[in-house]
Formats: sequence, structure tokens, C-alpha cells
Amino acid sequence: MSISVRNVSKTFGTFQALRDVSLDVQTGELVALLGPSGSGKTTLLRIIAGLETPDCGTVYFHGEEATNRRVQERRVGFVFQHYALFRHMTVFENVAFGLRVRPRRLRPRRSEIRERVQKLLELVQLDWLADRYPSQLSGGQRQRVALARALAVEPKVLLLDEPFGALDAKVRQELRRWLRRLHNEINVTGVLVTHDQEEALEVADRVVVMNAGQIEQVGTPEEVFHNPASEFVLNFLGHVNVFHGRAEGTKAIFGSLQVDYPNGANNVNNGSLTGSLGVRGFVRPHDLEIAVEPSENTLLAATIVRIHAAGPQAKIELISELGESIQVETSQERYRQLELAAGQRVYVCPRQITIF
Amino acid sequence: MSATVAIQSKPKRSAEPLTEPAPVRWLLIGVAGLFLALFLFLPLAAVFVQALEHGVATYFAALREPDARAAIRLTLLTAAIVVPLNLLFGIAAAWAIAKFEFPGKSTLTTLIDLPFAVSPVIAGLIYVLLFGRRGYFGPWLDAHNIHIIFALPGIVLATLFVTFPLVARELIPLMQTQGTQEEEAAAVLGARGWQTFFRVTLPNIKWGLLYGVILCNARAMGEFGAVSVVSGHIRGLTNTMTLHVEILYNEYNFAAAFAIASLLTLLALLTLGAKSLVEWRTRRMAPATDEPKDELAS
Repeated sequence: MSISVRNVSKTFGTFQALRDVSLDVQTGELVALLGPSGSGKTTLLRIIAGLETPDCGTVYFHGEEATNRRVQERRVGFVFQHYALFRHMTVFENVAFGLRVRPRRLRPRRSEIRERVQKLLELVQLDWLADRYPSQLSGGQRQRVALARALAVEPKVLLLDEPFGALDAKVRQELRRWLRRLHNEINVTGVLVTHDQEEALEVADRVVVMNAGQIEQVGTPEEVFHNPASEFVLNFLGHVNVFHGRAEGTKAIFGSLQVDYPNGANNVNNGSLTGSLGVRGFVRPHDLEIAVEPSENTLLAATIVRIHAAGPQAKIELISELGESIQVETSQERYRQLELAAGQRVYVCPRQITIF
Repeated sequence: MSATVAIQSKPKRSAEPLTEPAPVRWLLIGVAGLFLALFLFLPLAAVFVQALEHGVATYFAALREPDARAAIRLTLLTAAIVVPLNLLFGIAAAWAIAKFEFPGKSTLTTLIDLPFAVSPVIAGLIYVLLFGRRGYFGPWLDAHNIHIIFALPGIVLATLFVTFPLVARELIPLMQTQGTQEEEAAAVLGARGWQTFFRVTLPNIKWGLLYGVILCNARAMGEFGAVSVVSGHIRGLTNTMTLHVEILYNEYNFAAAFAIASLLTLLALLTLGAKSLVEWRTRRMAPATDEPKDELAS
């Protein structure tokens, strides 16, 4: 089932959580809403679920308007950040809840409920814990019970609110892969809220980057990572170095380095400034190259402050002559080949530089 | 290396940092024990000793006496009306305060505590002022032959006023810590309002609710001040157990007074027992703090 959100806004008191947001989710897709806390991603998810009412705007399920449909009638599966398991019920009863509360004529027979719950518990690999209470489970197990409970009502849409937020790093990674496999198996439309960019990029088919109640960019993980639409997206998806230069015509100049800057001409024509204009260039740590000798690609000279080489990549912290801190990531082979050491003077060359 | 060894070897186990030396501890325990013995156990024993002073026969005769039986009936009837009403009010108020935002919420929270702040005698007087013969509604009530003051309705009203914070006070913090997440989860799974209440909310608060009801019942049966003002002390008609004890005592009928008093004391002991039982159950139901480690089978 596809989901469409059209021009939705929501205010809590004086805080505007969503401003005129529109979004389309295709049938069978897994979309991640990614953003810092307060960006409105959870509010958007809760509006889709029917747990919040938008101040204005519409929500469509499969082309039909669902804005005023009650939460009970939306038939969505919702997984809460803190699981929200029924603490006085066993794992089995938790999963069976959605089937037991159905009106009599829609309720499956007892034996059928038993069978379906059993099957779901096998799917989340927890059939051996059916008689336990939530307080007797680990965080990861609780999360999987919550997922099985949400799936029991056979929802067309699965909504997950920071599903792995409260778990430790290793469990989070395992569950993430497991969720991706599960999504491929059961084929529902999924929307996942997360503030963890790694999680969003790894799990989702498409990523929606949100900031201050608005959508900054929608795209596949590759698109948002390699072609960020705004400075915010670039910043949010990982560390980035900022270099200050100036624009002259259609060129941007950083030290001795010149790069194409087609927007520069527009700026000069539109703006009152006739001469050069300050520009900022953004480079990811892995797009910076370290050289011992200067070359025509050299952006600037810097001194090595610290080397952190325990990991798949060597992380090198530099300080420029202007006192700016620069982060570089390079392969272990390259690092060994260059024989770098703290205090050494080196030259930094970008492979790719982004200017907005 | 030697440094590591020194750190690992446990220092000699001395007293816990916050434990006082033995004489101080024994002094404190002794003072507390003596206090309890003097002001709690001694009077408790005295009630039963006095009640049984003239033998078991006199004791039971005092309880079988018609006025005494009427007083016991009236107390039980009052509690039977007041406790269910406060149960409903308590759940409604706690639900509203813990789970919704509405204007006047903090005022309501404060007002619920009012009966704790007001002397019960004043509470009784309020009802006399409202419904008494010379009160605001007195003439109208008289004209329609409705009796509130010096009758059962007045006693029920006064008892209701004095006991209504007990259930709500017990539930509000409990429901506030539990939040609304489980109710939301139930709604998403398709449960209607009443299904959510009976299947999710009520089971989560049942022990707190029972605790509130026990306290409410004990207070309803033991209330004296407010009831004394509105009852009129008509023997066999509007005398509750507490008022009957007072009357008998004033008539120097000590054995009978203490016999009725011993019933109230027994009720107190039962309440205490039930309360500890509920507390023990709640502790046992509390979520285990040490949760198992995460491991994914696949």
C-alpha cells in the first residue's frame, strides 16, 4: 500500500514540528526518515499512523484519503521506540492482542490465533520465550516481540519509531540487517524513523533527510550521500571539512587551487558585489589526499597534530596555518607508504570539493 | 606490576561508610522500639484488655445489643456506598490528570488534596451550612421532605468528602510513570477505548487501585469528626461505630465502649495486613532490574 502525505503542518504550542511537508512512499518500499531530534520525523510518522492529527494537510493510503480515519481503522503496524509492550502479559499474549480485540465476526478461532502467534514468534526467532514476561527479556528480544506484535494484525504499512535507538551498537547492527531481510520476506510498505545516518543509509531503499520540520532531500542512500542537496544534508551525513575561498567569475579559488563554479557568475550578476565573493568549499575526510610535496592540486599546507591509525582507515588530524582543524581519512597502505608522523608539515589536496 | 596487584587485592572489609558505630545504632533502634511500645502496642493491648475485662459473655452481649448492631450496620452501609463511589471518582480523576492535557489540570490536582488540608469538623460544617435546616438548600429540602443532615445521606456525603483523595492520590503517580505508550500501542492494534481500559490500563494499575481502596475503606469506617457534625447522634438510627463508642464512653459503659472499639481495632489490623500483602505483591510484580544479555540466534 502506498502512502502520500500532502502539505502537512503541525504545531505543538509555540513549536512548529512540521511545515508544509509532502512525501510519497511507494508500495513495498522501505523509507527512512532521517534527521536530528526536533526535526519533525517522529511527528510525521505519528501523523501517518493516526496517533497525531495534522493542523492542515492530508494523508492518503493507497490513493484514498485517510486523514480523518481513526487510528484503530488504519491497520498499520507501529513499533515504538521503547517497545511499549504490555507488561502484564506474556510474550504470547502480547503478540495475540491485536487478534483478540477484533470484533467477534472478524476474530480468528482460538486455535487459529495460537497458530498465527506461533508462526510470528518463529519468524522473529523467539518461539522459545512465549511464556515469559517483557521484564524478563533483553532489549533486543523486546524489540523483536514488539515487531511480531505489530505484524500480527497483518498491516499493509509498518511504521518504526527509532526501533534500535535504545540498544547497544553491536545488537543494533545485527537487528538492522535482520530487519532488512525480514522486510524483503514479508513485503510491506515500511517507514523507519532514525537519527543514525549509518542506519538509514544501510537499511532503507530511500532516505528522507529532515531538518527543522521540513524535508531537505529525498533520494536513494547513494544520492543523498554523494550528491547532497544542501549544506545541512552534507553535514548531517558525516564529518565534513570546510574551506574558505573566493569566487571569481565561474571559478572558485582556494589558495593555489582553482575549481569550476558555474553558480558564481549568477551570484556576481545578481548581487551588488562586483568583485570577488567569499565561497565555502566542503570536502569529506576520505576525499582529501595528503602529499609530502606541494603540487598544482594543493589546497593548503598544514601540520599533523594527531594520527589515529587503529581502524580500517587511518584518521589524521591536521591544523592549517590559519588555525583551522582538518580531518583526513586515508587507507592504511597509503598511510604507511607516506611514513607520516605528528608535527610533520604536509600538503592537502581534495579529490572532490562541493560548493553550494 | 606490583601496583596492579595492590589495586586488585581487596582492602580489609571495614564497616560501610554510612553505618554508625554500634552503640549509636542500638540507641536509635532502642528509642524507636520504646516509642512504638509506649504509643502503639500498649494502647492496642489496652483496648482488648478493657473490652474483655468483664468476661467474654459481657463482650459479646455488648456487640449484640440493638443500638450497637445498628451502629455496625450503618458503618458498613456507609463504607459500601462511599468506597465504590470513590473508586470511580479516583480512576476518573487519575486518568484525566495522568493521561490528558487540559486547562485547569493543576487546579484539579490541588483541589483533590483539599480534604487532607481541611479539618474534618469543617467538612461536616460545610454540609450543615448547605443542607441544614437554616442552610442554603434547607427550606427547599424541607418542603420536599428530603432529609440529608442528621440522616444517612449526610453521613455518606461527609465521609465521601474526607476520603475522596485516597484512591486518586494512589493512582496519579502510578499512571503518570506508566505514561500512555501502552494505550497507544493498543489503539494502533485496533483496540477500542473500553477494550484498552479493561485489557491494558486496569491490569496495570490494579495493585495500586486495591491499595487505595483498602485505605479508603479504613478511613471511611474510622471517620469521626465530619460524621459527628452531620449525624445528630440518634441512637440506633444515625450513630456510626465511632460515634457509638463515644456515647458509651461518656455513659461510663467502658466494657461496651471498648468492645465496639476492639472491632475498629481489628479492622485496622486487617487493613494493615492487607496493605502489606498488596505491597509485597507489587514489589514482586515490579520489573526485574537485571535483564538478560542480548544474543541473536541467527
